[in-house]
Amino acid sequence: MVSFITRIGANSIRFVRQTGEIFIMLGKTARYAGQIWRTRKLIVEQLMEIGVKSIPLVIFVGLFAGAVASVQTAYQLKGFVSYNYLGAATSVAIFIELGPVLTALVAAGRIGASIAAELGTMRVTEQIDALEALAIDPIRYLALPRILSGFIMIPLLTVIADFVGIMGAYGVAYLNLDLPSEIFFGSVKDFFTIMNVMSGIIKAFVFGGVTAIVGCYVGFSTEGGAEGVGQATIRAFVLSAALILLNDYILSVILF
Amino acid sequence: MIEINDLHKSFGSKVVLRGVNLNIENGERLVIIGRSGCGKSVLLKHIINLLQPDKGYILVDEIAIRKVGQKDLFFLRKQFGFLFQGAALFDSMTVAENISLPLVEHTNLSQGEMDRKVAEKLDLVGLPGIEKLKPSELSGGMKKRVGLARAIILDPKYILYDEPTTGLDPIMAANIDKLIVRLSEQLKVTSIVVTHDMQSVEKVADRVVMLHNGIIIYSGTVSDLKTTNNEVVHQFVNAEAEGPIQPKPHKY
Repeated sequence: MVSFITRIGANSIRFVRQTGEIFIMLGKTARYAGQIWRTRKLIVEQLMEIGVKSIPLVIFVGLFAGAVASVQTAYQLKGFVSYNYLGAATSVAIFIELGPVLTALVAAGRIGASIAAELGTMRVTEQIDALEALAIDPIRYLALPRILSGFIMIPLLTVIADFVGIMGAYGVAYLNLDLPSEIFFGSVKDFFTIMNVMSGIIKAFVFGGVTAIVGCYVGFSTEGGAEGVGQATIRAFVLSAALILLNDYILSVILF
Repeated sequence: MIEINDLHKSFGSKVVLRGVNLNIENGERLVIIGRSGCGKSVLLKHIINLLQPDKGYILVDEIAIRKVGQKDLFFLRKQFGFLFQGAALFDSMTVAENISLPLVEHTNLSQGEMDRKVAEKLDLVGLPGIEKLKPSELSGGMKKRVGLARAIILDPKYILYDEPTTGLDPIMAANIDKLIVRLSEQLKVTSIVVTHDMQSVEKVADRVVMLHNGIIIYSGTVSDLKTTNNEVVHQFVNAEAEGPIQPKPHKY
């Protein structure tokens, strides 16, 4: 019993410590906001790595998520509500939930884990120590470009996912239900509000930042050799995914 | 000059340094010897504040390195070159990008001037013309020499070597030793070398100190090292199995 309580205590202290360390890292990164121009080359590299290279995956996930949303919604509407509202129902779900959350979860797997693995390998091979020894702050050199790119690129990827998702939903509506494009997109337009899109983009902004920050934090705090890097990769994905879902709930409560 | 005063460091329950006192004069080639895991690399990392002591302090040119702000710390670190045990080259960069990184970050040199400096340092470490190679294409000895070229690119006042010959064949190790002496003489730098390679010690050291059980137990010249009455030092220097140093049984 005592050991159980000790374990809870130790885990609670570790949670508080790690949360504090993540905010300290975020604060230190924000301090370098004035050096974005100086770091532009690294930032562009990360915008490519985090954003552009994720486009094919985001298109794939967005297309099928939209298609599945359309099938499920049609099933629920059947016999109760006209299919004329299918476009509105699926587009709202895509804008406020499916687009940002699925994009962020894909990003957590592809980007968060790869940041943690890359920085973790740099940590265990003393490359991060080498940066410090060369009087270069790893926070500016490594964390700033990745975190900034996370904040910028996940919302942009979400916009792509939204667009592709709606096209996927329309594809299913057209092929399965023979729904004309005027009716499908007409209902999308009738129920479209800028707030729906903005709320999804605000969510994506937070999720992108969370994914990159967690990846950087876990990478920087990696210990041990190859095994440590493997564990860091898993930890980054699990932690990012959990925080994305937690933040999704909090933001949904705040925004709606 | 570097002054290390009463330095203590523990990692969890493992006490590594328990009161190290050491002065390093300008221009000196100091070699720190000791068994694997005795804290030599930990001591070296404290000198440039990569690790922070639990107790005690280090003065670099009379400045307490732990007390300074980040700007001053980076200014002090630019006075140092650090050769890491595994060279710690950035594997996403070419050799030239690795070596020129400090120039890109800390100077306003043109690309042409940087290329010239990189070529000059590569020449100095005996590896001309390998600018475009990636670290994955280099042998262990070449990596160490590229690491050294990077460490001296800002013409530092101090060079710290962490196990520079470990894992190298004897000829490559001898080349690295020769390079350490040559850099020390040509660039007039202060060199601090951490090693347990006694052949290297004989070739490189002006003065040798031995770290054992977290403290400095010996300080003297290489010739004194061979005639010392200290049983621990004697056993280590002569690589004897019998003596006061015994491997601890491993706990499983």
